[in-house]
Amino acid sequence: MRNSSRTLSYFQNFLFIAPALAIFAVFYVFPFFYIFKLSLFEWNGISPTMIFVGLENFKELMGDGVWWGAMGHAAYITLIALVFQNALAFALALACDREIRLKNFYRVIFFIPPILSEVVVGFIWRWVLNPQQQGGEYIGLLNYFLSKIGLVHLANNWLSNPETALTCIAVVHSWKGFGWGFVMLLAGLQTIDKELYEAAKVDGAGYWRTFLNVTVPLMIPVILVVIILTILGSMQVFVLIMSMVGQGLEFEAEVPVTRILEAMMSTKRYGYACSMGVTFGFILILVSLAFKKLLDRAKQA
Amino acid sequence: MELNQYKTADVLKGLMIHALLMAVTLTCLFPLFWMARSALMTNETIFADKSLIPSIVEFGNFRTAWVEGNFATYFLNSIFYTAAVVIGIILVASLAAYAFSRLNFPGKNFFFYMFILAMMIPLPGSFVPLVVLMNKLHLVNTRLGYILCMINVGLSVSILLLKTFFDKIPTDLEDTARIDGCGPLRIWWHVALPVARPAVAVIVIFNSLNVWNEFILANLILTDDALMTLQAGLFKFQGPNLANYPVLMAGLTISTVPVLLIYLIMQKHIIKGLSSGEIV
Repeated sequence: MRNSSRTLSYFQNFLFIAPALAIFAVFYVFPFFYIFKLSLFEWNGISPTMIFVGLENFKELMGDGVWWGAMGHAAYITLIALVFQNALAFALALACDREIRLKNFYRVIFFIPPILSEVVVGFIWRWVLNPQQQGGEYIGLLNYFLSKIGLVHLANNWLSNPETALTCIAVVHSWKGFGWGFVMLLAGLQTIDKELYEAAKVDGAGYWRTFLNVTVPLMIPVILVVIILTILGSMQVFVLIMSMVGQGLEFEAEVPVTRILEAMMSTKRYGYACSMGVTFGFILILVSLAFKKLLDRAKQA
Repeated sequence: MELNQYKTADVLKGLMIHALLMAVTLTCLFPLFWMARSALMTNETIFADKSLIPSIVEFGNFRTAWVEGNFATYFLNSIFYTAAVVIGIILVASLAAYAFSRLNFPGKNFFFYMFILAMMIPLPGSFVPLVVLMNKLHLVNTRLGYILCMINVGLSVSILLLKTFFDKIPTDLEDTARIDGCGPLRIWWHVALPVARPAVAVIVIFNSLNVWNEFILANLILTDDALMTLQAGLFKFQGPNLANYPVLMAGLTISTVPVLLIYLIMQKHIIKGLSSGEIV
């Protein structure tokens, strides 16, 4: 009797998570397993016949220069974001972590780029970087500006020149993203007990010594979180690229996600796209786990 | 003398810090300004006139985008999707989070960690199986399909956020309600959900922005123009050489203004949500 009433209440309680579980099972769990199966087939997405090819897709992917090139491009964007975006975010957070006027104003402004859509950001910057000329004048703002200040030799076909395309994308990506790091790092800085700074001052430590010996060690957990979020966010950037460079991408601006979309929508190789998805997901999860471990260790110390 | 020197150095340092902060402020705002300015120009003036305030102001681009560019439809669609997804997330996530925090059933920890672990799996990897599955379920090119998909995207983080919140608040109110004979469902609706308002606010803001700005799933799932969102609609202006800049800029402005307004009204909650480490 008591047993069956407990079973009933368990069942009722379970109903609370049932809607979440149903959506999750269909849109997350099922695709998660299905992708492994699909990656073993050659299939165009429509045809009723799927040809089992075993690990052929993965073998092909290992030797696919365009794919690994795309991975390299994403790594390059990530590297620039890690250095440039996070250094900027940290410098600005340090600047705002003191009694200065307009602190809240800056904080509100710096978080504007992160709330904009990647499509909007991509199109605006594409317009600013436009390389075309009309009547002897550049129509894009950057080239026009360069020509007006006597640096016309620097005017460039920014987004179709292989030497500058990726860097432009990385800089715009960093522009869009630094506000996240800024807000999180500033929040971290503000939790540091101000007495520690006073104590360091009494001990005769200058600004840099205090920064290296007090601020940085206490900030390591926050810094690690910002780093991992930067890596995951930058490795998966692609909407920004599609809006900046266009959908018919040249190889020099390809990243893993655009390769997956290409295999899915243009060449119609669903199995190959899935093998990319598995490989890409696996790499990102490994990176996350490695950083999680570092983070746990940093929190213990 | 020495004191004065220190003071001058301090003032100089302050000036330099403000100069840096102001320079970054300018780079944050200028592209938006340039977008709005370019939206007010004509196809003739936009290439020649580089002045900050155009000499002839043209509002017709907004009408062109709204009527001929079909932005009226996209705008209403985006509002509908955003509202539906956010309401869905709040209901589904808070039910689950309440159960994970307060109720007992077998497999509770297993399911909870499943939701949490899922946050590590990058979504772009599984576009193919997702679309294939939605095709089989006849959810491709339906509003319901896109809404369910986007609810799923925001679900894990919202459950974690709400569970953490429920864990921290005392159970007194719920105990009183239970003594009064309320079942768990009524307690969830009448007690727990109202109490969780701060966490709900954070979820509403971040998911609204996320759905409003979402592009790729809308592009993959919705093909019918009548179902399209703003972000996907913007790509329609993109011809081979981006012919009509003023109308494109008007379209960008239309899709950005609501975001900026909501942000400026809600920015306290957003910064607070971020700073408390609730949203990662």
